[in-house]
Amino acid sequence: MGKNVKIKRGLDIALEGQPENNVYSVDSPATFAVKPKDFKGLIPKLNVKQGDEVKAGDCLFTDKGNSSICFTSPVSGEVAEIVRGDRRAIMEVKILADSEVSYKSFDTSGYATKSRQEVKDLMLEAGLWPFIVQRPFGVLADTDVEPKAIHVSGFDSAPLAADLDITLKGEEANLKVGFEILKKLTDGAVHLNLHAKKSKEVYAQVSGVEINTIDGPHPSGLVGVQINKIDPINKGDVVWTVKPQHVAFIGKFFATGTLNLEQTIVVAGSEFKTPAYYKTRLGAAVNTLVDSNLKQDNVRIISGNVLTGDKIATDGYLGFSDNQLSIIPEGDQYELLGWLIPSYPRPTLSPSLPISKFLKKTFKVNTNPHGEPRAYVVTGQYEKVMPMDIMPQQLVKAVMAKDLELMENLGIYEVIEEDMALCEFVCTSKINVQQVLSEGLELMAEES
Amino acid sequence: MKFLRDQVDKLKPTFSEGGKLSFLHSTFDAFETFLFVPNHTTKNGSHIRDGIDLKRTMFIVVIAMVPALLFGMWNVGHQQSLALTGTDGDLLGNFWVGLLQTLPIIIVSYAVGLGIEMGFAQFRGHPVNEGFLVTGMLIPLCMPPDVPLWMVGLATAFAVVIGKEVFGGTGMNLLNPALTARMFLYIGYPSSMSGDTVWAALPEGASTVDAYSGATALGNLASASSAGEGWSNSLLQGGSIMPAFWGNIQGSIGETSVVAILIGAVILIAAGVGSWKIMASTFLGGLFMGWIFNISGGGGAWMDIPAFYHLIIGGFAFGAVFMATDPVSAAQTETGKWVYGFLIGVITVLIRVFNPGYPEGIMMAILLMNVFAPLIDYYVVQSNIKTRLKRVQA
Repeated sequence: MGKNVKIKRGLDIALEGQPENNVYSVDSPATFAVKPKDFKGLIPKLNVKQGDEVKAGDCLFTDKGNSSICFTSPVSGEVAEIVRGDRRAIMEVKILADSEVSYKSFDTSGYATKSRQEVKDLMLEAGLWPFIVQRPFGVLADTDVEPKAIHVSGFDSAPLAADLDITLKGEEANLKVGFEILKKLTDGAVHLNLHAKKSKEVYAQVSGVEINTIDGPHPSGLVGVQINKIDPINKGDVVWTVKPQHVAFIGKFFATGTLNLEQTIVVAGSEFKTPAYYKTRLGAAVNTLVDSNLKQDNVRIISGNVLTGDKIATDGYLGFSDNQLSIIPEGDQYELLGWLIPSYPRPTLSPSLPISKFLKKTFKVNTNPHGEPRAYVVTGQYEKVMPMDIMPQQLVKAVMAKDLELMENLGIYEVIEEDMALCEFVCTSKINVQQVLSEGLELMAEES
Repeated sequence: MKFLRDQVDKLKPTFSEGGKLSFLHSTFDAFETFLFVPNHTTKNGSHIRDGIDLKRTMFIVVIAMVPALLFGMWNVGHQQSLALTGTDGDLLGNFWVGLLQTLPIIIVSYAVGLGIEMGFAQFRGHPVNEGFLVTGMLIPLCMPPDVPLWMVGLATAFAVVIGKEVFGGTGMNLLNPALTARMFLYIGYPSSMSGDTVWAALPEGASTVDAYSGATALGNLASASSAGEGWSNSLLQGGSIMPAFWGNIQGSIGETSVVAILIGAVILIAAGVGSWKIMASTFLGGLFMGWIFNISGGGGAWMDIPAFYHLIIGGFAFGAVFMATDPVSAAQTETGKWVYGFLIGVITVLIRVFNPGYPEGIMMAILLMNVFAPLIDYYVVQSNIKTRLKRVQA
């Protein structure tokens, strides 16, 4: 039997530029890219060179630590460029796409009777393995371990997040197959965690999994929060998480034998002219979406949501696991006495800014931090947005002090960066909580 | 705004590295960021941030102290009038006298404190922290009106350097800096900080009217208790608790009026800046301990005073609302805050009743609990750790 959980702590930040419920098509962009930095702990080893022809599903690079993990091309075409950053680290592998995608074919027939190892091998070869995120630390899944459980959060509660009923419409059968495959990967439970009050239509065909419901404000949709409430991670436990759109990818792959990474994403935010849902493909350049569709030039384009996403350029690429583009104005303006008399409304948890709290239903939010970084002074703030049974400020301080034992004791195995994004949002001292936590996770991962 | 911004931009190179006045960089930066929220943007992580920052937080605390300050100014004049002429004096006249007496104390406190803070910030290459905005106002409010200015300066310097900067500045200190300043004077110059003569600021050589007594309720209660006398209302100034509630009695500048302090408490709680848990638990602790003494009874005036009078007389309310709630030196865990506040209340009353050397206990109690706050937090954190470990065994 699944669990029903209700959380109280958290914060829904209502932003301007909510998407309308229509799905549109746009021209397929000329280029696609896979970005190694989308995967924590990955050191890529290239399998292709510039000018190579690839099909959708061909391996572009592998993980240096485990060469069986392939990162494959989402489209067919020519390897156009290998973009390198500092110390020649590979930043992007760009593919110039064919006008018609041709797929590499895999033998997935009779998948229902395939063994765990056969399923794993297929997933590894087709580039589906990286869709699995392993906790603790939120890294690429270890191919040799069997996780205690696999968790899928059936909804997204982040600001401007996609309604999965829209993005996964038509994927019902693929979701069913995808969950069948996930069940093969563990003897433990596969959990599907749904919002208590939202529609569950797209998961109607899924069977044989633990269905849990969760109710409450963001971060109720974060899988880390759900795990903490349903079956928390203890020292030594390994838990895998997969996003539902990726479960659909896995299902579609096993049903068809080709790697078809078409997906519906949401593009939203106050600076986007037509916030709505758009059909695209994983790794797509965002230029065909955003060119001529921005209200002004000085904007931030975020692959993902405004709390956890990555800043990308107007000719950048959608991140590997993102189904959302958020477009908000930059905040690089001085504000006269802005700390005392804010000149425009802004979202806040503090009752000291009543006007911005009560007179607005949605906020046009920008990237100004509204203050400078300071040492910790205020306490009790993070707790208001942290539904997990974790002492957030103490954990962050333990990370700052690099106290490994204390970090472990305070539950660092249970969190990844996104789980503490709201703490970063509300922080009076403007501490970059996610960055600090990231350093702590890296340190712990090295030590263990 | 554009004009102002242009002026600031014009000045900026002079104070930046390589400029003529680069040794005042931190100071310039403090004023610039006071005028303008910087045009920085977030990098990665959370791209959007809450509208609150430390400047606003600290400023709200200062606002919350304004009622106590204004009342204190009037009361300083009022007490002088009572001492010199035996009359109440008029409202504006009293306020004017109080303003002239109080303003120099505030100026000295801010000038010395901010000067040192800016020096440290420059030396360390840090921005100037807003913490002293609050400390600079708390120090004058907890001084007797007659305190010599050089003492205010000395105590402020001690509090900022030894109480705060040696630990690493705002956010790192163990003790409440304002109470550190008061404690410094209390121990170093006791005759200027307590007794019967410091509560009215009198011109040099002036003599008081015969009927005037400079003794506070705390003093009266302490001497009655040591003499083995029982409780009676006559020990309070004005013969009832109401003057202590409204605040037209002798005392430190900002501590006398419970009403003004409660207005401040409402502001702090409504703005989400001060911890209502600490305030509530401090009052509860005082009430609880007073009640314990009431039922054990018979031990003199301090033991028999109605329990809730403890919360009204002396500096109890001021300490509970403005001093105990300092988030840096208080307990930082939510459960810890209840324990921390409760013990402050309990210890305050304990000191009042049992320690004849100190008629007031709140300052000692808060400083003591400041020292113990990390220990309280330690046990709260340990209990979280234990539940996590228990999960593994289950």
